[in-house]
Amino acid sequence: MKPAPFAYVRPQGLQHALEALAADPGAKVLAGGQSLVPLLSMRLAAPSTLVDINALPDLDGIRVDDTGIHVGALARHADVLASADVRRVQPLVTLALSHVAHATIRNRGTTVGSIVHADAAAEMPMVLALLGGSVTVASTSGTRTIPASGLFAGPLESTLRHDEIALEAFFPGLGAGEGVGFEEVARRHGDYALVGAGAVVRVEGEAVVAAEVGFLSASDVPVVVDVTDPLGGVVSTSSTDRAGELALQHLDPAEDLHATAAYRRQLVRVLTTRVLGAAYDDALGRARGEA
Amino acid sequence: MSEELVDIRLTVNDVVHALRVPARRLLSDALRHDLGLTGTHVGCEHGVCGACTVLVDGRPMRSCLMFAVSAVDTEITTVEGLAEDDGSPEGRLGPVQQAFVECHGLQCGFCTPGFLTTITAGLKHNPEPTEDEAREMIAGNLCRCTGYANIVRSVLRAAEIASERP
Repeated sequence: MKPAPFAYVRPQGLQHALEALAADPGAKVLAGGQSLVPLLSMRLAAPSTLVDINALPDLDGIRVDDTGIHVGALARHADVLASADVRRVQPLVTLALSHVAHATIRNRGTTVGSIVHADAAAEMPMVLALLGGSVTVASTSGTRTIPASGLFAGPLESTLRHDEIALEAFFPGLGAGEGVGFEEVARRHGDYALVGAGAVVRVEGEAVVAAEVGFLSASDVPVVVDVTDPLGGVVSTSSTDRAGELALQHLDPAEDLHATAAYRRQLVRVLTTRVLGAAYDDALGRARGEA
Repeated sequence: MSEELVDIRLTVNDVVHALRVPARRLLSDALRHDLGLTGTHVGCEHGVCGACTVLVDGRPMRSCLMFAVSAVDTEITTVEGLAEDDGSPEGRLGPVQQAFVECHGLQCGFCTPGFLTTITAGLKHNPEPTEDEAREMIAGNLCRCTGYANIVRSVLRAAEIASERP
């Protein structure tokens, strides 16, 4: 249970960090390390170099503007969760973060790191996908912005190149008429979810005009399904059942020690109903000025 | 080829230590092996059990999920640093430690250092927890003796003790 040896660099500036990463194809970035260090200790990963970005300046910011939330690479989950600005601009981020591991892990782990770790069982990659957010990455050859729809390539695999560092994640803010919901089923609070789901519902008056549901732990990447059609403008037992059945056509829940595939499929149905109901109520409540 | 060593300074319980460690040295191992602070216990070594929890700049973190080289520029508090100064040479037990004594909050004691550090920080954040909040506060720590009921009582008692002390 000890990591294999690696070369270690702790750059004080971004350019130095990018050069160190580019210099070794076997290098990995260390931010919070709450997912990476267990992989190293169990020797599931053995990078030849670790580029520790914790000393880089100006990367721990959480900034909101008219369009949404910009989360810097060194912003810890706990700080994003505690931000009143974040809760106001995009409450789904706050809702989901309260389910990310335990408080102790959230104190060290970073939201951006969790996203580019690309674990299909993690909350924040799914939330980024559901909201249609993006990640800005840098390398020695420049910066680029990767939309969430092009970010998740497979289990624990993002489309970042080995020489790129994720600098910032962008979560679009809540739009007019929108409400959100998030729920997951786990053996214990803070454990990995057996299945989790989030929803964004947009209403005009009392009618649903758009609805999407995102799922974690129900496929090998985060999956977002547009369920506007099966809802048919309303949130009812039968309409959310239809949404759940449509979602299952896009999902491939696996069987493991903790749950059978059939149980996970049932959780998809149940959670689809719950999060759509919660998001619909949230949208109506906000329209009435309650939230 | 011998492994490269890194010279670092770690501030632990208000004392600055200079040490030379391989980059892969976990903070938990640096505390125990290099500094002899064996109060920090190591259970699962992958962040699940919480026994190795220490305070980094006052916030609970898993010392088994940090490298010692990455903990420079921080102030670390271990269970050895939880006693309070009362003018005596040894000091007195901190409120959480005292509450564990009074409420039988430990059985075998292996998990206790992680609970003590976690609860000490938790009560700073929320000085008057409800029983539900006390449970939530310790949800990330495992006790294999399963003595959780008395640990929850200890959290509530520690809040009382802390409020009574000046």
